[in-house]
Amino acid sequence: MSAAADVLSAICLLLGAALSLAAGIGLLRFPDLLSRMHAASKPQVLGLLLILTGVGLRLRTGIDVTTLVLVAIFQLMTAPVAAHMVARAAYRTRRVRRDLLIVDELSERLDEATASSRDDDAERGRD
Amino acid sequence: MPSRVRRIRRRVAGAWILQPLTGVWLVVLWLLLWGRVSLGLTASGIVVAALVMLAFPLAPIAVEGRPRPLPALRFGVRFAGDVLLASVQVAWLAVRPGPEPETAVIAVPLRTRSDLMLTLVAEALGLVPGSMVVEVDRRARTLYLHLIGVRDRAAVERERLKVHALEARMIRAFGSPDDRAALARDEEDR
Repeated sequence: MSAAADVLSAICLLLGAALSLAAGIGLLRFPDLLSRMHAASKPQVLGLLLILTGVGLRLRTGIDVTTLVLVAIFQLMTAPVAAHMVARAAYRTRRVRRDLLIVDELSERLDEATASSRDDDAERGRD
Repeated sequence: MPSRVRRIRRRVAGAWILQPLTGVWLVVLWLLLWGRVSLGLTASGIVVAALVMLAFPLAPIAVEGRPRPLPALRFGVRFAGDVLLASVQVAWLAVRPGPEPETAVIAVPLRTRSDLMLTLVAEALGLVPGSMVVEVDRRARTLYLHLIGVRDRAAVERERLKVHALEARMIRAFGSPDDRAALARDEEDR
């Protein structure tokens, strides 16, 4: 029983480490900030979950496992928000390799938004 | 101003459930931090939860849907599968030899009218690799996503459909009657 758990734990740890390595390589190789956020936030999340599972299978005591569960929950809750904040700031400060974008439906929208908020201001001025 | 008052009241429909949910979550969090359950720990957890909720009250948001177990399970399983598959895809993009992967920023108008659902969909998309939320237009209910590894226009359209499918699964699992009606109308139009 415990041998099986150890094997499973080793598999989880190795897979998790491989995904984290891929995330690190992506961080180096991807061309711009937005692409890098993909590598930093996604394979890394699954990699961390696998490593936590592996560690949990090795430790097998109540208090350690509950701590690992908490780490997993907070990672899942915060990673998308953090990625979004960085991505939003990156896009708005134009740190995007435009030559790699095959479609960009946001830039048109932002131009419109700037124009319409100017209209809103003008209307408010009239009231 | 009666219509304005009504709108504000309608917007926080169902918000009462957030207080007890937050309280229970905080107590569970407390117990997880301690790593064991006892009467004293539960009691102290309730006190801490009450203090935290008094000190940091959350803004009321409308909770109009009720979770349905079977669609929720379906959503969960598909979501886990998506995360697995896409993690491997992005990992492969990172290590494969060849040119820099192409990217795209697309607008995806959602069918839901609920703030909570918009947040949940954005959060779920943030966890599925290959898509990242760059901008949220709350008024137009539109998410702007950054995609990686999309080779052409057809791939972009496939991603758009995938986002809609995820939203549909989520509405079926947690959505309000309004959202489900909007979803049904939209799917009839297609």
